[in-house]
Amino acid sequence: MTIILGLEGTAWNLGAALVSEESVLYEAESTYKPKYGGIHPREAAQHHAAELKEVVSRALTGAKEKEAGFSLKSIDAIAFSQGPGMGPCLRTVATAARALSLSLKIPLIGVNHCIAHIEIGRWRCGVKDPVILYVSGANSQVLAYRSGRYRVLGETLDIGIGNALDKFARYLGLSHPGGPKIEELASKGTTYMYMPYIVKGMDLSFSGLTTAAKEAVDSHPDEKEDVCYSFQETAFAMLTEVTERAMAHCGKDELLLAGGVGANRRLQQMLRTMCQDRGGTFYVPENRYLKDNGAMIAYLGLLMLTSGVTTPLERSRVKPNYRPDEVEVTWRE
Amino acid sequence: MRSSNERFQCAEAIVELKGELVYKRRIEKRYRVREIDERIRKERTKSEAKIISEARRKGVPTPIIVDVEEYELVMERVDGNLAKEVIDEDVSERIGEFVGILHKNGIIHGDLTTSNIMVGKDNRIYFIDFGLSFIESSTEARGVDVHVFFQSLKGTHESHEQLKESFITGYKRTFSDASQVLKRAEEIERRGRYVER
Repeated sequence: MTIILGLEGTAWNLGAALVSEESVLYEAESTYKPKYGGIHPREAAQHHAAELKEVVSRALTGAKEKEAGFSLKSIDAIAFSQGPGMGPCLRTVATAARALSLSLKIPLIGVNHCIAHIEIGRWRCGVKDPVILYVSGANSQVLAYRSGRYRVLGETLDIGIGNALDKFARYLGLSHPGGPKIEELASKGTTYMYMPYIVKGMDLSFSGLTTAAKEAVDSHPDEKEDVCYSFQETAFAMLTEVTERAMAHCGKDELLLAGGVGANRRLQQMLRTMCQDRGGTFYVPENRYLKDNGAMIAYLGLLMLTSGVTTPLERSRVKPNYRPDEVEVTWRE
Repeated sequence: MRSSNERFQCAEAIVELKGELVYKRRIEKRYRVREIDERIRKERTKSEAKIISEARRKGVPTPIIVDVEEYELVMERVDGNLAKEVIDEDVSERIGEFVGILHKNGIIHGDLTTSNIMVGKDNRIYFIDFGLSFIESSTEARGVDVHVFFQSLKGTHESHEQLKESFITGYKRTFSDASQVLKRAEEIERRGRYVER
């Protein structure tokens, strides 16, 4: 049995998890909550630095209690999120990962955060070769695997859908994370208000939509529910449309949803309907594997280690703009 | 005179060939609310009709639009062969010239493949599907357009290298920013985007 300790901390969630081929042994996490406004990268990094020791030791203790015979010696490698993400957060977690790798004398594995989302989804859902819609704070991408890489078929040309939701939520005076609160308000909306719908081929743009939603709140301050509803309906229809186009383009009929915004029920419903109507199948993992988590980092670390990939210290520098299509996929045919 | 009837369905529309005419109807999507669904289908139908006419005004042969309904375009059927069946270096060069004209005039085709281009019985080149077209003048959008065409050559034609060179010759002839776009198309290929189907 191979056991990997995975460390995640690209943005506001700090996670540590122990994962083997068969299961997630134990997960621990600590979430940074901004006092006001959005995520401040340096404050988030300070949170991670202060909490890291505690989170890692909780994961280790938990694994010991759960698995007879587990000890520090059982760990085969340390995996960490090398990017994409916020520089200060990435550096904090990478420093801890390097220190652990050196002191335990086990290999270090730098993991692409986006691909970790994909691989944990494939693992938990048991889906082989899907088109992937990856939606999180900073990212909105449609991907598919082909000849050794996850190819980006379409993506946002400006901000990620999560950031768009957060920006709008802040404008409404809602605290971070804004997505679930907007979802709640939207579920009470009944009247659709015109919002810009911007799709170019398989690419999308959300910044104009965010501005329009803010303006709609200014002119209709008593109809926040309808604005939230219109914002969500527009943004998610755009995402569903480019996803369908990507599925038609590559002739694949399975879809996997990944990333924190994937927890939104309305988005899931739209994607499921789209898949049904084209005779495809929709897959989504449990919420705990949609949001940023340590288990996905450990799991991708495991796939990389067992296919012979580790990250030497001198190549372990963080990559805040690490693209998924830069990664050579060594663990799939 | 052609009378064979055919019907295709793509992600967005149903295309029916009836006699001399082609009917392209944008289909309803259940996943989006009616307000968005109707608006998008109307806007796209109108915009496609506009771009088809605009392209022809600028000298790029396209089917003549007979009628525009809310969700449906009726066009004259082009008599001839798909470019993918008959392409040679001459045809590819002429395609390049026309794509240069489209780009010079701010039109992005959005789905440039040899299945969306025809060589008519009159030996003219026709661009038959502007369903994914939009108006934009960025190097990135143009680069993606050209890249998609190169990928379609690669996927379906043995002599794709020569065909690509011919296209480039034609494209450079009609479009002064061609070199910049071709450079971007290479970058896009390295990024691995828009791989062939």
